[in-house]
Amino acid sequence: MSELSVLLVDDEIDFISSLAERLRLRKIDADTAISGEDAFKLITAKRPNVVVLDLKMPGLGGLEVLKHIKILDASIQVILLTGHGSTREGIEGMRLGAYDFLMKPVDIDELIEKIRAASKT
Amino acid sequence: MKLYRKIINSFKLISHGFLAYHEDIESPHRYTILRRNIIILMILVTFIPLFSMAGINYLQYRNNMKAEIQAPLRLLMGKTVHSFDLLLKERLSMVRSVASSYSFEELSDEETLNRLHRVLKKEFGGFIDLGVINENGFQVAYAGPYKLQGKDYSKQEWYHEVEVRGFYISDVFMGYRGFPHLAIAVQNYTFGGTNWTLRATLDTKILDSIILSMELSPESDAFLVNNAAIVQTHSKYYGNVLENCSIASEIVAQNITMSEEEDPIGRGKILVLQSKLTMAEFSLVIVRPQSVLLKSWYTLQSEMFFLLLGSCVLIVIAVFKTATFLVNQIKTSDERRESAFRELEHTQKLSSIGRLAAGVAHEINNPMAIIDQKAGLMKDLIEVDENFKDKERFLGFTNSIISSVDRCKTITHRLLGFARRMEVRFEFLDINEVIREVLGFLDKEAAYRRILLALDLASDLPAIQSDKGQLQQVFLNILTNSFAAIEDGGEVSIKSWLFDSETVAISIEDNGCGMSRETLSQIFEPFFSTKKGAGTGLGLPITYGIIKKLGGDFKVESELEKGTQFTVFLNMTMPNNKGEG
Repeated sequence: MSELSVLLVDDEIDFISSLAERLRLRKIDADTAISGEDAFKLITAKRPNVVVLDLKMPGLGGLEVLKHIKILDASIQVILLTGHGSTREGIEGMRLGAYDFLMKPVDIDELIEKIRAASKT
Repeated sequence: MKLYRKIINSFKLISHGFLAYHEDIESPHRYTILRRNIIILMILVTFIPLFSMAGINYLQYRNNMKAEIQAPLRLLMGKTVHSFDLLLKERLSMVRSVASSYSFEELSDEETLNRLHRVLKKEFGGFIDLGVINENGFQVAYAGPYKLQGKDYSKQEWYHEVEVRGFYISDVFMGYRGFPHLAIAVQNYTFGGTNWTLRATLDTKILDSIILSMELSPESDAFLVNNAAIVQTHSKYYGNVLENCSIASEIVAQNITMSEEEDPIGRGKILVLQSKLTMAEFSLVIVRPQSVLLKSWYTLQSEMFFLLLGSCVLIVIAVFKTATFLVNQIKTSDERRESAFRELEHTQKLSSIGRLAAGVAHEINNPMAIIDQKAGLMKDLIEVDENFKDKERFLGFTNSIISSVDRCKTITHRLLGFARRMEVRFEFLDINEVIREVLGFLDKEAAYRRILLALDLASDLPAIQSDKGQLQQVFLNILTNSFAAIEDGGEVSIKSWLFDSETVAISIEDNGCGMSRETLSQIFEPFFSTKKGAGTGLGLPITYGIIKKLGGDFKVESELEKGTQFTVFLNMTMPNNKGEG
């Protein structure tokens, strides 16, 4: 597998499972987590280069997870995904250390471009 | 107090009924009806007291004037009747004193009688002749211009009346003399107890002289009539002496009677005064046409009429002007309110749609993302499987799904942008700079389509307080529309100038296809688009919302086949209300 490892965090399992598979087809090591708690376990175990994180999730919200990730390992880059119109949370996420934020539905090529760019920082 | 309240309540009821103004009635005639009702009400309120006052004044003035005019006539009537009585009484006394002073025998002497006749004629005037009549009714002596000696009066009525009453004053008559005269006769007795009569005839000129002394106006008339309404003295208009008089009536009492009658000789209304003499069976009649009597009244009447007419004209003009002014004020106020209401309604509509759109977009984005990824995965798997049956066909399907998702994405992103438009951040900025930046996005398209961009940006514009991102969105939306409206090789002119001390204006004009009035009225409605699938119908509503939020204004002028001009007016300072957040 690739050196680039990505963790996809979203409560929409259909979304992340397909996305993960597509990333894998493009030689990117992709794992999925359907909640913040799952995400922490995987991050601790695997230390991915980039986390693609949905902002709206039941339980721990995207911004909360982001904060914890940054506490855990500031070198892990986080790309935020949102289906919501407000850019306020995206900007807040950037302030908390997110690399970028993207709106759903996201174009796979654009996402990969961002993941690669994030992993290089 | 109760009556006062009743009047006030009635007035309120009338005015409420008249001025009831149904705002929901959108008829264009509602202001005309309101104006008409105000005019009617105001005219009624002013005319009713005015005409009542005028009517009361008219009647009072007329009565007073009549009384004032009639009073001197009554006085004249009284004096003249008194003069006639005095004259007749004097002549009767004179004849009586002659009869008492002289015996029958003395008076039967022609010479004595002639002397006495001369004295009476000279000293008192009016005596035509004197005659002495014996107990058998024969005139035994006569002094006068006619030969009447030996005349037998025994059969005549007056002779018998003298025998009964002792004296007699006759009506005017022609008699043997052939001209109008009247007779005074008194009875006396000889020492032997035989009765005899002294009879004098008087010329009616002495009566005429009294009438002349009344000095009546030429239109007036005065004359004596007897009880049978036979004219006794000369009348100017109502018959000769001894002719029947049409206007006199039988008078029993001594009082003055007064009546208004139609003039038999056609002079309109006449006032007829009549009063009976005491000494004879005569009535004095005074006739005066109303036109003469009421001349001053008619003058006053016409003055009053013109004053009333003038007042009415002034009131009507004032009422019309006031009503027009009031209704115009109401109309302007209504239009302002309506415009403000429409704007508020539009803003609320946009706001509601914005919130709804954001909610819908969010809910759709997640399943859309799943469809997108599933379709993408299907495509990926088909592409990698070289033996996939009908590969091209299935790739076509997945591409179609992905492009449809992409279209949905464009719509939802714009919907979210629509909801986001309220987030405003003010900063000082150069408006020309903003325009240039936006044009930078469109340079390539302009060059490709050979679109001429004519810039006329005022260089001395002050910095304005506004939201750069939002303004970029505004100009981008307008310019995108302009580009869509023109053919390749068309022209778009962009101009900026200082509109007034507080406002900067930017106009974007194209020479494209333009819009009909119907289209123009709908361009700010969300989801209205003429681009047939290519547009979301949200560009101009977003633009409108942003400009209103930034405290600016917006004007669109368009003509089919000629082009469209958008003008944006922006305040230099930020509005007090920063936005809904």
